[in-house]
Amino acid sequence: MFAAAYPGTPSTEILESLATYEEVDCQWSPNEKVALEVAIGASMCGARSLVAMKHVGLNVASDALMTLSYTGIKGGLVVVSADDPGMHSSQNEQDNRNYAKFAKIPMLEPSDSEETRLFVCRAFQISEKYDTPVLLRLTTRISHSKSVVRPAVRRKLEREMSFDKDIAKYVMVPANARLRHRLVEKRLDRLSAFSERIAINRIESGDRRIGIITSGISYHYCKEVASNASYLKLGMSYPLPVNKIREFSKTVRRLFVVEELDPFLEEQIRALGLKVQGKPIELRCGELNPELVREILTGRRSHRKAPGAEGGGRAPVMCPGCGHRGIFYVLSRLKLQVTGDIGCYTLGALPPLNSLDTCICMGAAIGNAAGMSRVLPPEKRKKVVAVIGDSTFLHAGLPGLMDMAYNQTGVTVIILDNSTTAMTGRQDHPGTGRTLKGKETKKVDYEKLCLALGADSVQTVDPYDLEAVRQAISKAMEEEGLSVIVSRRECVLVSRKRYAPALAVDAEKCTGCMLCMKLGCPAMEVTEEEKVEINALLCNGCGLCSQVCGVEAIY
Amino acid sequence: MTKRRAKRRKIDIFLTGIGGQGVLLASEIIGQAGLSAGYDVKKSEVHGMSQRGGSVTSCVRLGRKVYSPLIERGTADILVALNPEEGRRHIGYLRSGGFLLEAPQGTMERLKNRRTFNIAVLGMLSAHLDIPEKLWIEAIAASVPSKHLEDNKEAFFIGRELGGGSHDL
Repeated sequence: MFAAAYPGTPSTEILESLATYEEVDCQWSPNEKVALEVAIGASMCGARSLVAMKHVGLNVASDALMTLSYTGIKGGLVVVSADDPGMHSSQNEQDNRNYAKFAKIPMLEPSDSEETRLFVCRAFQISEKYDTPVLLRLTTRISHSKSVVRPAVRRKLEREMSFDKDIAKYVMVPANARLRHRLVEKRLDRLSAFSERIAINRIESGDRRIGIITSGISYHYCKEVASNASYLKLGMSYPLPVNKIREFSKTVRRLFVVEELDPFLEEQIRALGLKVQGKPIELRCGELNPELVREILTGRRSHRKAPGAEGGGRAPVMCPGCGHRGIFYVLSRLKLQVTGDIGCYTLGALPPLNSLDTCICMGAAIGNAAGMSRVLPPEKRKKVVAVIGDSTFLHAGLPGLMDMAYNQTGVTVIILDNSTTAMTGRQDHPGTGRTLKGKETKKVDYEKLCLALGADSVQTVDPYDLEAVRQAISKAMEEEGLSVIVSRRECVLVSRKRYAPALAVDAEKCTGCMLCMKLGCPAMEVTEEEKVEINALLCNGCGLCSQVCGVEAIY
Repeated sequence: MTKRRAKRRKIDIFLTGIGGQGVLLASEIIGQAGLSAGYDVKKSEVHGMSQRGGSVTSCVRLGRKVYSPLIERGTADILVALNPEEGRRHIGYLRSGGFLLEAPQGTMERLKNRRTFNIAVLGMLSAHLDIPEKLWIEAIAASVPSKHLEDNKEAFFIGRELGGGSHDL
């Protein structure tokens, strides 16, 4: 058994848990595409392989997935896509069920923890029986909920790992791919027939007045509000069991489809010519919950806000002592135009720092900055700076940096190296010197790497030293060509140690100018006397506030 | 495996606080203790941003058979607030007749280790649930590092003593 992943909420814990099993060989990969490619290689030699990623990660891995559908597998291969309806921790809420249809591969959607365990086993069996990768689609409420699981007896597969040369199957040149595509269409046909038989697509007969077709977490929301209704619960939601759906529709008076995000099931069921009631268009956005399911089934609006949509929520902030703060403080003071990326540092866009101007996808900061510098007049071009985290840079930033060097659109790129994948909960990556299993390993040298890719200069700074940061950025902006700054300071959640004793404010000296509050440090509070106070419990002692203070009131 | 007694009454507990306070650990312990006591348990939380000081909420549902892992607004039996402001923001989750559970002023000062505050509040909660003390302690022992177990147990009992209160479910 082999598993690979790049961390991403809500999928990260899958590999972290698997890593605790000694007999499972697993690893972090620098990005989802590499993770899938490594898994494909393992599968080609007969190993059962699993890759896990968040929904947007599958966009990155999709190049491999689309053609993997053609080659098929040898050892079972399961692709876990953890979608995030409601965007609890994501930049979009794309519905990855569409990938099953797009790649013409089967998809399983568990509704709780026990089904997830069961469906992973089923997915491997289906994968090997039908020579296809299988998509296991989770959502946040499946990933981040816990329910009772029945442990089963593990069967160890005794297989000799070997690669059987098969050029027609594994070498996707046009002549071979044309033949494989025909097999894919036939496979989909066979899978449709299988979908009619598989026990996880089950009819639960109840009240004949309401029939509900549903899958995933929506099933439990429906059961919560309409436990007596009749159900067609789809465990395998692509390809659909069309005969079973027709049969079910005949037994109920009103037929509903309850699903989150896109009308994925609804459109396919409508295409069968069946009269079915879906959900209002506004519910294509965000996640469902029992209240909203009640609205769908009764047609009555509850006029209540969805949970999680309460006003005035406490926004996440950079931790006290976070190394990113010094960089963003200087960027905001210099009033630069900052292209951003995915990670904790995206929080640099929030007040009071307000110093991050774009965030699209992993690695985009560098490409976006290159495009801006390409079209802006020279005086404005000088103001463009890209910021990108260490893990994100290794994930998708390298080609962007090459692009800048090659096309001479170089501006200033700041690599925020906190030596971890922080936002997802501190995972290792090729720049940390440790593997998923905790073994020491090689470590990327960012300075050498950037020079090799074509950077004209590379500076390294400590973001706890504001003057050094200011000088480094000013110097980089004056330079012609591509300047890289590596801002290096380990994530405070990794070191878990206070950098220095907590600081305090001398209330006599504090003038209440609030300059230090522009750092956005959660350890700093404004008192009733309009002066600043430091919460000694939270303060990490990084000292940025004392560097900012103009009257030396912080010591 | 011990024989499980099927419990009938459904109890929905909504927990809230801010990142780093231990909302998720507390809900994990409630879930474990509930499971040992023979309940079906579902637990749901959102934790992508939880360590960045953002709001953290968690739902723990105990019952004979639980479907949704989410608690609907206006239906929670108990709202546990580790942070008063977060408690106010989520008051709409309580059903009429349900109650808000918060640590009284001065609780923090009674604790040897301030990071066990969540466990003290858990102790208060335990006084309202039909789960034997032994199972709570086992669940705590299974969830906290052994070197901090004594501090956590102490915090639990401080809370349990405080928690008797006058609320009835």
